[in-house]
Amino acid sequence: MGLEIGLGHYLTVAAILFTLGVFGIFLNRKNVIIILMSVELILLAVNLNLVAFSAHLGDLQGQVFALMILTVAAAEAAIGLAILVIFYRNRGSIAVDDVNMMKG
Amino acid sequence: MNSDVTSFASLAPAYPEMFLALAALVLLLVGVVVNKERSVLVTVGAVVVLAVAGFMVVFQGADGVLFNGVFISDSFSRYMKALVIGGSALAIVLSFSNATENGVHKYEYSVLALMATLGMMTMVSANDLMSLYVGLELQSLSLYVVAAIKRDDARASEAGLKYFVLGALSSGMLLYGASLIYGFTGHTNLQEIVVAIANEGRSIGLIFGVVFLLAGIAFKISAVPFHMWTPDVYEGAPTPVTAFFATAPKVAAMALLVRLVMDTFEPITRDWQQIIIFLSIASMVLAAFAAIGQRSLKRLIAYSSIGHVGFALVGLSSGTAAGIEGVSIYMAIYITMTVGLFACLLSLRTVDGYVENIDDLAGLSKERPFVAAIMAILMFSLIGLPPLAGFFAKWHVFLAAIEAQLFVLAVIGVLASAVSAFYYLRVVKVMYFDEPVARFQAVPGELNVIMAVTGFLLVTYYFTVGSPLASLAHTAAGSLL
Repeated sequence: MGLEIGLGHYLTVAAILFTLGVFGIFLNRKNVIIILMSVELILLAVNLNLVAFSAHLGDLQGQVFALMILTVAAAEAAIGLAILVIFYRNRGSIAVDDVNMMKG
Repeated sequence: MNSDVTSFASLAPAYPEMFLALAALVLLLVGVVVNKERSVLVTVGAVVVLAVAGFMVVFQGADGVLFNGVFISDSFSRYMKALVIGGSALAIVLSFSNATENGVHKYEYSVLALMATLGMMTMVSANDLMSLYVGLELQSLSLYVVAAIKRDDARASEAGLKYFVLGALSSGMLLYGASLIYGFTGHTNLQEIVVAIANEGRSIGLIFGVVFLLAGIAFKISAVPFHMWTPDVYEGAPTPVTAFFATAPKVAAMALLVRLVMDTFEPITRDWQQIIIFLSIASMVLAAFAAIGQRSLKRLIAYSSIGHVGFALVGLSSGTAAGIEGVSIYMAIYITMTVGLFACLLSLRTVDGYVENIDDLAGLSKERPFVAAIMAILMFSLIGLPPLAGFFAKWHVFLAAIEAQLFVLAVIGVLASAVSAFYYLRVVKVMYFDEPVARFQAVPGELNVIMAVTGFLLVTYYFTVGSPLASLAHTAAGSLL
């Protein structure tokens, strides 16, 4: 008796990945790189959602959307790392706890 | 719906965007070829390009749906685009006299500002979840870089980092919502989504999608509880950059929100209304109380802008044409007040640098009576005292809320407005009744002009621009419903 993998399973995996990504941003107290990884995780969860829906609906638009997200995610990662580099040059650290000059 | 591109003339509704995209690339090339530390040519060129694009939007606008239905141009989008372009152009003008010390003298700044404006125009004209996302990201990615453009400044790079992390998170939430909406309606085109929702009714997946989508946009307009980045980014970024952040992107995101909820989610008005009302009340109340303890002027402006977003959302909560009209008028007046406020801020320079804290304004009325008078007008307008423009902005949105039977919301709004009067009036008190401490330097000419014009418009609003603006907003609202 084989288990049929359907839309619900894909959505569950994507929801778990999305939640992990969001918690990775908020609970992580160590390193900004981990935040960048969490952002990628969120975007990949969305891609999984879109491709699963696309296959389920028999409609190509979701996959086109996923391709757009992949492209933008690459640009986003590049910009994020560039900002992180100048932050490191100014402060000599990329620990989350050191991102604390402004408060209130 | 599907318009096949047969000739160049059929692209008329998208001419301003196409022009802006080409011009931004040309200016980038000019900047690279000229290759100077400061390129005045590119900066002036960017303002001219925005002026031409604004002219095309206002005087040569054409209605239509293009590119397989992903792009729409109507009165509402043209009204909002005019505001966006005006805000961006004025933000660049504000940086003219002080570009070098604020680190925005590099030609990349103007080019990035043009790219961000192009993204905002795409957002305003988005008619598909995909074009919505791409426009939003073009705007956000440009703004992340702009926030950190003063590379050797620790606070600016921290502001850039915070803006990037929270902006990326909000884009992720928006996308997750978009993916659920696509999955549960089967469409990405906004017009097809309305039909699908109207036919199939609401499902729990769709409501989840709408909530995530609205949360993502709430980040971009910095509505409470998604406002955490605003005070830090406004404080850390160089002042001309903050002026840019506080004007055009807010309008674009608000326009996107209005189009989504009033047009696409029209069949589930009861559901989104609760969310918008919550965002509105939370923004107004939190901003009113959190701003009281602020010493930094830029943080004060940040909380003030959060509060004003809350007031604008009061109009949207009503879900009526009068509400859209109110939001449209509110955004126009908000932009005017914000530009004036930043012109004042940038003109207050001592030998030690820019004025940062409210206490540094002490005795401004004796040192610089003109700047102090304009600042006082702006503060009274931000409170919403008649006959200044700020009063009419609030009057329109509260009227819309009362007509829609949202009495509690309107009462909370008026009370929050009364509380916020405290911190605005304190600025006036410090300027007029405290002893002078600082010697201010001469004010650059263009800032004087901007201050004089905004002051004039705010004071004479009822007699001059009031009724033309209201009729434009009326036409804009009419095209959405």
